[in-house]
Amino acid sequence: MSGEFWITQAFNGLSYGALLFLLASGLSLIFGVMRIVNMAHGSYFMLGGYVGLSVVWRTGSFAAALLAGALALALVGVGMERFFLRRLPGQTLGQALMTIGFALIFQDLALLIWGGDPYSIPVPATLQGVLTAGALRFPVYRIFIVVVAVVIGAALWLILDRTRVGAMLRAAVDDREMAQGVGIHVPRISFAVFALGAALAALGGVIGAGFLGVYPGADFEVLPYAFVVVIVGGLGSLPGAMVGSLLVGLLDNFGKALFPELSYFTLFAPMALILALKPTGLFGRA
Amino acid sequence: MTLDRKVFAGVTALALAGGVAPFLPAYPLTLLTQAVIVAVFAMSLDVLLGYTGLPSLGHAAYFGIAAYAVGILSTEHQVGLAGCLGAGLLLATATAALFGLLAIRATGTYFLMITLALGMVVWGLAFRWVSMTKGDNGIAGVPRPELGLPWSLSAPLPFFYFALVVAALAWAAMGVLVRSPFGLGLRGIRESESRMRALGYSVWLHKYLAFVISGFFAGVAGVLWAYYNGFVGPVDVQLVTSVETLLMVALGGPGTLAGPALGATLIVFLKNFVSVYTKRWLLILGAVYIGVILWAPRGVLGAFRRDAR
Repeated sequence: MSGEFWITQAFNGLSYGALLFLLASGLSLIFGVMRIVNMAHGSYFMLGGYVGLSVVWRTGSFAAALLAGALALALVGVGMERFFLRRLPGQTLGQALMTIGFALIFQDLALLIWGGDPYSIPVPATLQGVLTAGALRFPVYRIFIVVVAVVIGAALWLILDRTRVGAMLRAAVDDREMAQGVGIHVPRISFAVFALGAALAALGGVIGAGFLGVYPGADFEVLPYAFVVVIVGGLGSLPGAMVGSLLVGLLDNFGKALFPELSYFTLFAPMALILALKPTGLFGRA
Repeated sequence: MTLDRKVFAGVTALALAGGVAPFLPAYPLTLLTQAVIVAVFAMSLDVLLGYTGLPSLGHAAYFGIAAYAVGILSTEHQVGLAGCLGAGLLLATATAALFGLLAIRATGTYFLMITLALGMVVWGLAFRWVSMTKGDNGIAGVPRPELGLPWSLSAPLPFFYFALVVAALAWAAMGVLVRSPFGLGLRGIRESESRMRALGYSVWLHKYLAFVISGFFAGVAGVLWAYYNGFVGPVDVQLVTSVETLLMVALGGPGTLAGPALGATLIVFLKNFVSVYTKRWLLILGAVYIGVILWAPRGVLGAFRRDAR
């Protein structure tokens, strides 16, 4: 295998990892603050893609699709948190099971509204095309994904690490009760984190619909990837989500390219290894 | 209820099912067979979820692997019942033994996510390892086994009795298990891991064995299912199958064996009746899920039990 193969596949893995980061960072933050494993997180990704699709069909604007998808799913996420999950405080399993219920409902609703055919969001002309460097070819759209993920990752890091809100959020992740005790309004933070997490997943969904397409079952297909990312990186950790996404994106891509029939195995075996050595993930704390 | 009355109720339920079966039309009999098989699957999950307190979201893996073993061996290699049963149970148990090593390291929600991810590995293999599993097409035409009895199991009624006998044996075995000192140890771990550790119990070993045993019984259900359905495909190992089974346990009442059996029967019949009128089964399943968790967190049986914790 040539050097071109490795560079191209590494680039594809990088861009897929960037997409996964959008999905997994929200999942990780939601878990960090609320101890909820959100099984409907893949649904936000899929629904975001579908909402974006409808908006593109109506308006023809990709930017509007991104905005509408993120906003719509932020509302959905907030509604779930406010009216349902908050009724089961501290019941980890009950909350997880409830989000599964939502995931099933969302899957069926999406099938009802958008039907069973796979669709793809048309990408604006500026993001089409390919950059070439010698024999190497880099699709502009994939570069765009990486840029978006880097910008959002940097913004999240700045907010978490440098602002007062971020400090409050980190306090809530570390010790919910103590944070509450020193006067941080934790329910308000939960609310904001759920909105942010859902919006990021939906953003990923709209962007992902540009090159993976959007189809029934996409929700449960991306969910395990997001789980592997946060398991590898450590729950509630932003650096963990970054490193985990990159690792999973690369592993998945090389797995699919080198061992197509066993590709899932090449993804999960390293996860098993990391777990065996460090059960809380690379950046997680017990 | 005391133990005697529980056994009596269980035997009555089995006898009732066995007695009613010859008078049932074909379709309800099919559903009843399905319910009996799925009940074993749900009970096996409850050994983990209800008795040990470990919520597995990848339980379809062991069920599906046993089903695939039967499907592949009986169609491609014409292996009989004994060989298929042995291979199916061995593979399901071995997979559970392997996955358990990884999953038992985690607790609570981590366990949920890891079992889900491991379950997806099996789904991925079923879907992508086309040379072995025929991928999305699945394996069709799994023949019913020959027992060397005067009745052919390809007829619905004899097969129902076959499934009922196997299910009864599995139920009895699991009943003995959960009432044994080992089973009581599992319940202790469910209530308080640290106290059990302080009492000198090997918590890890208890959980691990529960995991493997649970996988074994899921395999029993998987073998029956492959023969019953005559078809094995990725649907049998997909996430929704694990999720449905989890709901059966939650609906019926975790921490009992009759509960999951009841939950399985309810879901099987509900699913089939609903699909006569509408295609929106997942919508209803999701709504039932949320409703059960909000209003009946201890399940249908739990709501009627007096020994509330």
